[in-house]
Amino acid sequence: MSLLELKNITKDFPGVRALDGVSFDLQKGEVHALCGENGAGKSTLIKILCGYYPSGSFGGEILFNNQPVHFKSLKDSEEKGIALIAQELALVPDLSVAENLLLGRWPLKKGLIQWKKVREEARQALEWVGLDVSLDTPVRELGVGQQQMIEIAKALLKKAEILVLDEPTAALTEADVQRLFALLRQLKAKGLSAVYISHRLEEVEQMADRVTVLRDGKSIITAPMAQLTRDKIISHMVGREVKNLYPRPTAAIGETLLTVQHFSVEDPANPGRYVVKDVSFEVKRGEILGVAGLMGSGRTALLSSLFGAARGKATGSLIVQGKALSLFSSPEKAIEAGVALVSEDRKKYGLILEESVQENLVLASLKHLVKRGFLNHAAIQSEAETQVKAMRVKTANLEVWINKLSGGNQQKVVLGKWLMTQPKVLFLDEPTRGIDVGAKAEIYELMGQLAAQGLGIVLVSSDLPEILGLSHRVLVLNQGRMTAQMSAAEATPEKVLAAAATIKTNFEL
Amino acid sequence: MADLNKRNDIPWRALTMVGALLLIWVIFSFTTEGTFLSPRNLSLLLRQMSVTSILAVGMVLVIVAGQIDLSVGAMTGFLGAISAILFVNHGWPLWATIAVTVLCGAILGHIQGHLVTWFNIPAFIVTLGGMLVYQGCLLGFTGGVAISPSPDYLFMGQAFIPPMLGWGLAGFISLFFIYRAKAPGNRLRWSALVVLVLGLTAVMNAYEGIPFPVLIMLVLAMIFSITANQTPFGRHLYAIGGNKEAAFYSGINIQQHLVLVFTLMGALCGVAGIVLTARVGAASSDAGRMMELDAIAAAVIGGTSLMGGRGTVWGALLGALIMASLDNGMSLMNTEAFWQPIIKGSILIVAVALDMMGRKGKN
Repeated sequence: MSLLELKNITKDFPGVRALDGVSFDLQKGEVHALCGENGAGKSTLIKILCGYYPSGSFGGEILFNNQPVHFKSLKDSEEKGIALIAQELALVPDLSVAENLLLGRWPLKKGLIQWKKVREEARQALEWVGLDVSLDTPVRELGVGQQQMIEIAKALLKKAEILVLDEPTAALTEADVQRLFALLRQLKAKGLSAVYISHRLEEVEQMADRVTVLRDGKSIITAPMAQLTRDKIISHMVGREVKNLYPRPTAAIGETLLTVQHFSVEDPANPGRYVVKDVSFEVKRGEILGVAGLMGSGRTALLSSLFGAARGKATGSLIVQGKALSLFSSPEKAIEAGVALVSEDRKKYGLILEESVQENLVLASLKHLVKRGFLNHAAIQSEAETQVKAMRVKTANLEVWINKLSGGNQQKVVLGKWLMTQPKVLFLDEPTRGIDVGAKAEIYELMGQLAAQGLGIVLVSSDLPEILGLSHRVLVLNQGRMTAQMSAAEATPEKVLAAAATIKTNFEL
Repeated sequence: MADLNKRNDIPWRALTMVGALLLIWVIFSFTTEGTFLSPRNLSLLLRQMSVTSILAVGMVLVIVAGQIDLSVGAMTGFLGAISAILFVNHGWPLWATIAVTVLCGAILGHIQGHLVTWFNIPAFIVTLGGMLVYQGCLLGFTGGVAISPSPDYLFMGQAFIPPMLGWGLAGFISLFFIYRAKAPGNRLRWSALVVLVLGLTAVMNAYEGIPFPVLIMLVLAMIFSITANQTPFGRHLYAIGGNKEAAFYSGINIQQHLVLVFTLMGALCGVAGIVLTARVGAASSDAGRMMELDAIAAAVIGGTSLMGGRGTVWGALLGALIMASLDNGMSLMNTEAFWQPIIKGSILIVAVALDMMGRKGKN
């Protein structure tokens, strides 16, 4: 008997059918993974399941223990024991662990909070998830992995029976991921069920009992994981066979475009300590340099500081196309010198969400699209159209707001924005984070084309196969220091991980 | 779907506001037995909105960039007094008085802009402090005594463009609009503008001509509207207000842009100060008081988002016109004075509430 069953769900948005007759069921004590490219309908399905889209706004029915239920809001689904652990954690950074755990469900006595009871319950919840932190620590001071545990503990306190995990590992280190998985297995043994959504198929392989693949709003297949492989899931997701996921560009490697020597960046919060220490490297024309490292190893700080967006004091020297330059004091200077940065968080650093595709595309090059001091609208429009075509952005027109596009298409717009500045060196910080397999393949293909056109690319990624598959050379960072540099031929996952994690790490805990 | 996703939804929103304005006008024309819509009163109405509008035009850009300027009222009063002192007490020629007053405004705005960007003080605090400082300066400089300039100065607030000249101007602008209307696409819009320009001129000429301060207001609105939409500087302000981090990473020099927008705001206060002094005939010690709130309200009623990233200059002008219509109409009806702020405040809240509701529906 199914614990939860969604039958024949259909959901329409103006002009689009997001879900078309999708059925999905969850057994007690199972982890059921939901796979699909962005835009396939996963989020919509979850939002229906959690009551975000109220009963009546979609077709089909939801059965809970074989009884039809009609969720009017998130609260209704919560009462049935469904807890959503969203991608963006819903914790209050400045409140303590205990306060976050009991927030909104305070044990009261004559209208006053009983702090003793709060602490008891909080301690109990931390025990359930096996987290050893002080109850009084502000959540801000915890690592992302620990915050995730707090979220789960909070759900357990609400007597959740079904956890809905939306990309729970997107921001976690490998160690935290394993800790999370251990906890999920333990909870599963106790009879909890989970709906698990992730782009990382190796995790699905590890965790899922069954898998449902969605494509274009339809359910393509539901099968036990044992009968599937990663490649099979991917081909169901994209609807075709995916052959070589990582096409390493074969362009001829030319002269050095960028040389960085003895580059260090001070930690703005702790003067005297460094987030990047004494890093030297060079990038050549047509080359992809991969930068690997654990989270917190200084990968992002390296790129953003080189780009002139450093928060702390930066030192070192820089040679761009044979010319010695002083370090860039602002992104403006970096762009002038022909450097572009696709940052790790496109919503925060890359896009103006409530603006059109066109406005976002031209943002970094507006200064050059003028005629006699005024914007040259004809040029702006034609350049934007060119980029949309070149990047194969799927959008109805240039006036569509960027937040209506899928993650992959948003990322293509960011890339297009930077290519419009005609860079020589392209920094890519997690360019494929949170985007679907199809769009990933397109972005890899683009990187190949760009390298062939003579750009030098620095690629930072947490996805090791991506780094190893695409880069000509790999540089490994460990606590801000460069611990290895090797050619593609030498680089193996073992070697890279060893260089990334040899020194005893303490930054996450 | 494409239509739902259009960037600004201008026609729909603008039409609502124009509809609201017309409704207010219809109501007042009934309650005042037609006096409200007489050319004489409409001319007065436009003059009444001119000073607030000059400030609102700049305020839109400040708010679009995600900032706020609370000092504009006090600065307007203070700069008006400076101009009167230079012109009356020191006998400066008019052109020098105007130039120095506007320059002083630009400098004060520039300083405020630097305080915001260099020391990271929120604009709310910098300009709140500025407001108090200028109020004090105004009192200190004038000694609490009103200064009345001669008619040479007062024409800037009180003169009218001779009707023939007004028709000439209107004809010239209409020809330009007709030329633009020849391009496909926005024909309706340009034609509507021609009707508006000619209609406005006809109504104003039916009284004594286009008032000079109204002309200043329209010219400034045009300049600032073009700045907002047709220059990289303007579009960058929208980007900064929309997402400061993304703007920074896109190579936009945020400090420079913010300093410049506060500088422009200060310069506009200089213009507004002169027009205000000329309109009322004297620089008094409480001139400009609370005008910052009128300017902000006009911008917001006109569709500017206090969160930054959104707003139009012409919308702000429409907002100022709605506010001025309420003031003017209620005065004509001899409504007791205390009703005016109550009604205006309520309208402000309703306008924003409608805006938020409209926005929610889109998501």
